[in-house]
Amino acid sequence: MSLNQPIKRKSRWPRWARRGLMENVATALIAIGFLMLFQPFALALYTYSFITMLAGTVMFIIVSKFPE
Amino acid sequence: MLNRTAENVARATPEPLARKVRGISDKGLAWLFISPTILLLLAINIFPLFWAIYLSFTNFRANRPNEVVKNLGFANYQRILADQDIWIAMQTTAHFVFWTILLQTLIGFTLAWLIDRKFRGHAFWTTIILVPMMLSPAVVGNFWRFLYEPQIGLFAYAISFITRIPPTDIQMLSNVSLAPWSIIIVDTWMWTPYVMLICLAGLRSIPEYIYEAAEVDRASNWRQFWSITLPMALPFIMLAVLFRGIENFKMFDMVNLLTGGGPGSTTEVASITLKRQAFESWRTGYSSAFAIILFVAVFGLANIYVKALNKVKQR
Repeated sequence: MSLNQPIKRKSRWPRWARRGLMENVATALIAIGFLMLFQPFALALYTYSFITMLAGTVMFIIVSKFPE
Repeated sequence: MLNRTAENVARATPEPLARKVRGISDKGLAWLFISPTILLLLAINIFPLFWAIYLSFTNFRANRPNEVVKNLGFANYQRILADQDIWIAMQTTAHFVFWTILLQTLIGFTLAWLIDRKFRGHAFWTTIILVPMMLSPAVVGNFWRFLYEPQIGLFAYAISFITRIPPTDIQMLSNVSLAPWSIIIVDTWMWTPYVMLICLAGLRSIPEYIYEAAEVDRASNWRQFWSITLPMALPFIMLAVLFRGIENFKMFDMVNLLTGGGPGSTTEVASITLKRQAFESWRTGYSSAFAIILFVAVFGLANIYVKALNKVKQR
């Protein structure tokens, strides 16, 4: 076994707040907001579409800087 | 001998430019070169965006610049998101975007696949197919208006020849159910070559040895298409869909020239409503809020798309 193998440090970043998972949540929010904006079924869904989409987009921008 | 060569190389190597321009480091010089571009970008892209965000919270009207501007908070956004007419305009936009992207991707990829076969005269046909994309939308709009004319238009005559319906009954631009499709046809005609070009780049980037290996393994053409061609060209197809999706959400010129949003409001897409609010009703603050909503929608979609694209590329 090589002695020069890099030692993997355990990240202190909480597992639930890792980039992969949070990015998926943000993407889901954007997709739901997008569908709500263009759906022809309920005006109430259209009304709340923008805030859903905005929350998803802002979340995506933030969590894409989180560690993997 | 070796020493002399090294000396010659050293003499021929140019000294760093920064050393010539006294007092400026390499980094400083780099900033000096890119600063005009950054300033231009700030002036024509970033500043208007922030200004529009500011205006979206006010009752500002561009035709009354001397009027006192009142801060309305989120009132503009609340009004837009409760407006039934704008909701319908959004659905019309979604209808256009869905059908134009679907048709352009299917036809564009098929054309690219055919052109990639390298038959005799394929370069000539590629140029012919690319012509619509090179025309100005204003020219295309006027040109298709004539083609759609029920009395003299070639389109109506061609359809009448196939279906035996009299050409005067084929009113593409004034019929409520045909008008949206007339715009979809024109946009597909104009922008399919663009999708084809991107897909063709994708198909040409697939190495030939993969097909040769598949031939050795006796994979059928159908199998080769689903297991090699489509997965390897997928990032390019997705890129084309992203570009066309963003463009079609802002589709304005073609709709304005062909139907102007009519008959009634059947072809009134979001950008036409936006233009009416901004430059006919002069509700600048209100239309800014509407533009920001559209911007967030497109920006969010682009984020999802880039993530999906990266995932496909990593495979």
